[in-house]
Amino acid sequence: MSETAIRPSLPLAAIAAFAVIAVLPLFLSDWIVFLIALALAKGAVVLGVVLLLRGGLISFGHALYFAIGAYTVGFLANRFGIGEALVALPLAIIISALVAATLGLLLTRFRGIYFAMLSLALSMILYTVLIKFYDLTGGTDGLSVRGFALAGVTPTHPALVQYYLVLVLTVAVVYVGARFLASPLGYLMQAVRYNEIRIEYLGASASRAILASYVVSGAISGLGGALVAYLIGHVSPELAFWVSSGDFVFVAVLGGTGSVLAPFVGSIAFEFVKNYALKFSPHTWKLTLGVFLLLVIYFQPQGLWTLLTRLRAKPR
Amino acid sequence: MNILPIILIDGITFASWLFLVSAGITFIFGVLRILNVAHGSLYAIGAYLGATFILQFAGQEQHGWVTLLLLLLAATVVGLTLGPLIERLFLRRVYGEDEVIGLLTTFALFLILEDVVRLIWGIEPYLVEGPFRLFGRVRIAGIAFAGYPFLLTIVAIVAGLLLWFVIYHTSFGRQVTCVINDREMAGALGINVPRIDLMAFALGTFLAALGGAFTAPMMSVEPGMGVSVIVLAFAVVGIGGLGSIGGAALGCIIVGIARAAAVQLFPEIELFVIYALMVAVLLWRPQGLFGAIELRKI
Amino acid sequence: MTATMIEVQNVSRAFDMLRAVDDVSLSVGEGEIVGIIGTNGSGKTTLLNLITGYLQPTSGRIVFQGTDITGLGPRRITALGMARSFQTPQLYTGLTVLDNVLIAIAAHSGRGADFWMPMYRRDCLSEADELLARFGLRDQATATVSNLPEGGRKVLDVALSVVLEPKILLMDEPTSGVSARDKFSVMDTLMPALKERRVTTIFVEHDLEIMERYAERGVAFDGGKIIADGPVTDVLARLQVRRAVLGED
Repeated sequence: MSETAIRPSLPLAAIAAFAVIAVLPLFLSDWIVFLIALALAKGAVVLGVVLLLRGGLISFGHALYFAIGAYTVGFLANRFGIGEALVALPLAIIISALVAATLGLLLTRFRGIYFAMLSLALSMILYTVLIKFYDLTGGTDGLSVRGFALAGVTPTHPALVQYYLVLVLTVAVVYVGARFLASPLGYLMQAVRYNEIRIEYLGASASRAILASYVVSGAISGLGGALVAYLIGHVSPELAFWVSSGDFVFVAVLGGTGSVLAPFVGSIAFEFVKNYALKFSPHTWKLTLGVFLLLVIYFQPQGLWTLLTRLRAKPR
Repeated sequence: MNILPIILIDGITFASWLFLVSAGITFIFGVLRILNVAHGSLYAIGAYLGATFILQFAGQEQHGWVTLLLLLLAATVVGLTLGPLIERLFLRRVYGEDEVIGLLTTFALFLILEDVVRLIWGIEPYLVEGPFRLFGRVRIAGIAFAGYPFLLTIVAIVAGLLLWFVIYHTSFGRQVTCVINDREMAGALGINVPRIDLMAFALGTFLAALGGAFTAPMMSVEPGMGVSVIVLAFAVVGIGGLGSIGGAALGCIIVGIARAAAVQLFPEIELFVIYALMVAVLLWRPQGLFGAIELRKI
Repeated sequence: MTATMIEVQNVSRAFDMLRAVDDVSLSVGEGEIVGIIGTNGSGKTTLLNLITGYLQPTSGRIVFQGTDITGLGPRRITALGMARSFQTPQLYTGLTVLDNVLIAIAAHSGRGADFWMPMYRRDCLSEADELLARFGLRDQATATVSNLPEGGRKVLDVALSVVLEPKILLMDEPTSGVSARDKFSVMDTLMPALKERRVTTIFVEHDLEIMERYAERGVAFDGGKIIADGPVTDVLARLQVRRAVLGED
């Protein structure tokens, strides 16, 4: 079923949800507020994966942009003493987009398994660089991120300010994502998955569509990484490790490619379940994830999100 | 000190280590068209089971050649039990789907097996140095090398030769080749494709477990050992071309030598070199050195 | 003297030992309606694939309105004004009929790279609606293509090529798989419209009746070579052609 349900205007439910999320800090503990912010920031990376997944391309290397964004913030804060988010965030986006544009030229020649493997290899290259070049990157110790400031102001409650910053940017990313998915390019990406020959015979370029998606995807993933760097206050090479990419892929597949909101909702669910599952039984977390993923693959390949929306839709 | 023999020998032993796992992955892809992310976990299970067998049956001293037999036994057990189990229960359902679905399925299996390993064997490392000590040290070109890695090389070469023999000189091998070239046609010709699938996956599993089992004496067997090996194997298989065992062998040698050279000359880029090679090869030949291109019929 | 649209000059295409198209020369003028007939394996689809850039000739040249298009890919050739439909319909199987058409419309109007404005716009929707109505697919607009019967998919495939408003349209067995009842209604709607817009049309066919009814000029293929070329009734009457195509004696 083609995902024609995407419209540029946000559905009412989403607006209500954001309103609720906006007032949450009044009621909930700092830890939960932090988790939500973390989940939303990572949700941007998941959306990045989803943009490509729509085209049938699975990126097992999105941790690359996640790490680029995070380390941009890390370098600025740690090596240059610049904690100003209004400088670091746009820079993170721009650098991620540039890297995506360059690597995209190589990657868009590939599809399917090779695209997945190559994207993985590229992220692992960054990982090895981050580990080995200790003087530059802090090696396995990573870099601490201190001195968060917004518009020149160093907030007394940085966690709270970061929370709202993430919220605002999430709304922006969702808006951009929704417009993208509803645009001709967004639909062309879906077409890429089904028939590239027909695309060429319409005079359009599948490679260019994929490249455009890849750049947008890289940019928002970089933004997500940058926000995570501020939230956690630390960056380390694990951010680029392929297991990190695997997490994003997991949430993307679970949420499905049908909606811009699924990555964020899925990400919140993921972070919360992970948080409590790890406390409860540290050696069954991955097992549970794996079983869940298998269930989705076998019974609901479009993802759980379609399941939820289908349950709510009226029967015809 | 002359580094050339060090690079060559270090490279070959690294290549041998990697070959068993990579050969399994590329073989399974050729037959089932699924890239097995869980292959690293199978490697780890082979290592754990091998270590367990040695600790249980070879006594405190872990003496003698029987330890090697135990390792082989462990790999066989994994190949004959876990292989068919996984293929039947989990993979069979996704044949014919998008290759990406197969990738996700094996990724899910990887997640499951990572925890299963921890649940069964715990998180403390296992040390089984008995077999390693068996081979002492060897002097080549005036340099002392550990003897055990050469065993690994022999195992890899023997496995490679056996694989080559099986594929080109047995009826099973001919049937496998048929299935690799055209699944539908193979079925139409009367080949029992499901049985070939099962046996192929079992064989691939055995190879991975063999690699793991014979690696166990060389390093501490601990959780997460499968995670690092799998990305290296992907790099090798990407270089060699998916589905080509010869390609995997060549890829292993290239990667092994390049890494060994890096370790001696530019240690910072040791890991980097492997992935950079993969990117370079794919830039030049998108399907890998020996991979096949497919053209769609309209 | 009408302008030459397509000129195929001594084109050959070999697959290993098999010469699927063997030193073929053909010249089609503007506005002509040409039917190509031949048995399976005679080389007709290969010729179409060569002209439309899906395959490259092993020797020879192809010239489109004075431009040498030998070796160009489908995208460039389509941009020059050529469109084609396929023997096996090439469609976005997981998307709806409407989405397939809308994507084609967006691509044709140069909005294929637009990532901000929505695809579902009133003008595009009405254009799509009109096209679907013309091809009798309006009722199936929201059906997923994979659920469409073979005939519907065939018709949609042709419709997508027509969206491009091409100067020359090549169709590969446009009515195969289409029910007997719909065959003629589709062609009856399509062909006069093409003629009215002076679209040069080349179509490959099995069906002699379709050939006779809609083609003006007939080209018969056998064993990779052209064995007859002329007014369609003449060509179809030739014994040599009937023998090759129908196995008659």
